[in-house]
Amino acid sequence: MLGYTLRRIIYTAPVLFGVSVVCFALVHISPGDPLISILPADASVELQDRLRTLYGFDRSYPEQFILWLGRALQGDLGTSIATGRPVTSEVIRAVGNTLMLAAVATFIGFVLGCFFGFVAGYFSNSPLDKAASAAAVFGVSVPHYWLGMVRVIIFSAQLGWLPAAGAGPGGSGQWKFDLEHLSYMILPAITMSVIPMGIIARTVRALVAEILAQEFVIGLRARGLSELGVFLHVVKNAAPTALAVMGVQLGYLLGGSILIETVFSWPGTGMLLNSAIFQRDLPLLQGTILVLALFFVVLNLAVDVMQSALDPRIKR
Amino acid sequence: MTVPFLSIRNLGVTFTGGTRPVRAVNDVSLDVAPGEAVALIGESGSGKSVTMRAVMRLNPEKRSKLEGQILVGGRDVMAMDTRALSGFRGGEAAMIFQEPLLALDPVYTLGDQIVETIRRHEPVSRAEARARALELFERVRIPSAKSRLDNYPHEMSGGMRQRAMIALALSCRPKLLLADEPTTALDATVQIQVLLLLRELQRDLGLSIIFVTHDIGAAVEVADRIAVMYAGQIVEEASARDLIRSPRHPYTLGLLKSRAHDAMVKGTKLDAIPGAPPDLANLPDGCPFAPRCTYADAGCKTGPVAMQTLGPGHQARCLRLDQTQPPAMAPAMAPAMAGDGAILPGGAGV
Repeated sequence: MLGYTLRRIIYTAPVLFGVSVVCFALVHISPGDPLISILPADASVELQDRLRTLYGFDRSYPEQFILWLGRALQGDLGTSIATGRPVTSEVIRAVGNTLMLAAVATFIGFVLGCFFGFVAGYFSNSPLDKAASAAAVFGVSVPHYWLGMVRVIIFSAQLGWLPAAGAGPGGSGQWKFDLEHLSYMILPAITMSVIPMGIIARTVRALVAEILAQEFVIGLRARGLSELGVFLHVVKNAAPTALAVMGVQLGYLLGGSILIETVFSWPGTGMLLNSAIFQRDLPLLQGTILVLALFFVVLNLAVDVMQSALDPRIKR
Repeated sequence: MTVPFLSIRNLGVTFTGGTRPVRAVNDVSLDVAPGEAVALIGESGSGKSVTMRAVMRLNPEKRSKLEGQILVGGRDVMAMDTRALSGFRGGEAAMIFQEPLLALDPVYTLGDQIVETIRRHEPVSRAEARARALELFERVRIPSAKSRLDNYPHEMSGGMRQRAMIALALSCRPKLLLADEPTTALDATVQIQVLLLLRELQRDLGLSIIFVTHDIGAAVEVADRIAVMYAGQIVEEASARDLIRSPRHPYTLGLLKSRAHDAMVKGTKLDAIPGAPPDLANLPDGCPFAPRCTYADAGCKTGPVAMQTLGPGHQARCLRLDQTQPPAMAPAMAPAMAGDGAILPGGAGV
């Protein structure tokens, strides 16, 4: 088990290197001048050149890449062009906010998704299954930013129960675990949870139906196990795959919630990426993508290790 | 005959899940005495496994209809409620499956599965249950039993898995063992070992066994009595010896002829039964074997055929038994010699 884990950790090194190359390349081949946002429209060519040298944009791409990677390895992702603040601290703060939101959303999605999935799988083709499957399809296909806006209209604008935007009173201040701050999280978390909920529900439904059709379920009944006992066996058989899907979903939510974070002005990676893209803030964009990719790799690693612990057939 | 431990009377199983109801088992009656081994033979889809599963009521409740009566040790299985049923399953009656890799939960170790089963039926501690699991593993002669208890099903060989499956089935000391093609998925050499083990356990523990197979050789090896099934019915039932020596139902005759035994000479054609079994959703009137039967006449195609008694413990479901009377002759010769000068139907001399 330990050997397997170590081996998996070593395997992530080339993956991470590839990720850094792609991330650097993608940002640099996209059109647009990164200095445009901080230069006045009538800036002299001299000033432009000086700034370009200062940020290192005048060097060759391989040179820039090696410099950037070397600093990144020491935890320095450069300085944001737009704000002048270090990218590392910006990204870490945003990642913290997003991680919290994504974790809560994935948890809600996982619980609801498993519930709907098990109900649908156990009573497949019954009206109960149809209803649960409909909920899952709704979750997968509804536009989430639209759902977010509708919820803001209903719960914030009309009913006034919950705050509409931000991560706390008085803008995007420090997060604290109190009721007031939590109330800011409810709407975005629930809106975000719809995505993993739908996908997990559909996966679990298919899983449960497949497991129940296997002969060992008859074998379990033939041993006199109660329906609850059989259910526990089904859960353990479904768990590795369900967890893997959950891990992947958490990974997606970490970076893929740009629209929801923008709708709710949640100061996370999505919003950071959004502003970095619009301001052509190359260091910030690179840094954010790299950190998100890192999270994704680590998450997949964690899921793989967990899966092999749960399912003995996955080679240790 | 002593009071049977298992008594099946007029069992019918109909699957209602599809567009048309499928009559998988039709009017099956079978007795198994305490300590007796009965083999149920027939081709795939003849209703052997469904009959077995009906004894434990394992066919899907919503999609199947059970008729008739099943008594095990005097208790009516059909009338059991959920609680009684789960005590009965695994406790009084246990089942061995054809492919243990599919019939065992892949994500639990064998030891855990046996412990779980024992503790489900008896109020013993984990340690006690595990000690019993070890005993069982040794009883079915699994080498290095202690470490094997911690194996997952996929970590064992086919023969070993089937031994473990047998250990699991015996874990709560059942009196009735339902073995559903326990050797079909195994290598020939391992098959014999498992058969011998089953016979030994049956004698030592006084088990009643129903042994489903389509291997007549295996049936003779294990069983005291053999029942032949075709299209959901028992068509012939006799002691193993009588059935092999003097089969009377045309289907049994065909089955024995179509066997590739050692007398087969290279170049000779294997006798096969022509045609295919009937569609169980659309059974013909009369004898279901009639369309493939060389003895069949018009009378065979109208109305159901009742069981005819031929001798002590020997009965067959056929209207033309007078035609299949063998004068103590090898089964392969029987059709040609059948009857006392009676005119054989066309094609009977194959």
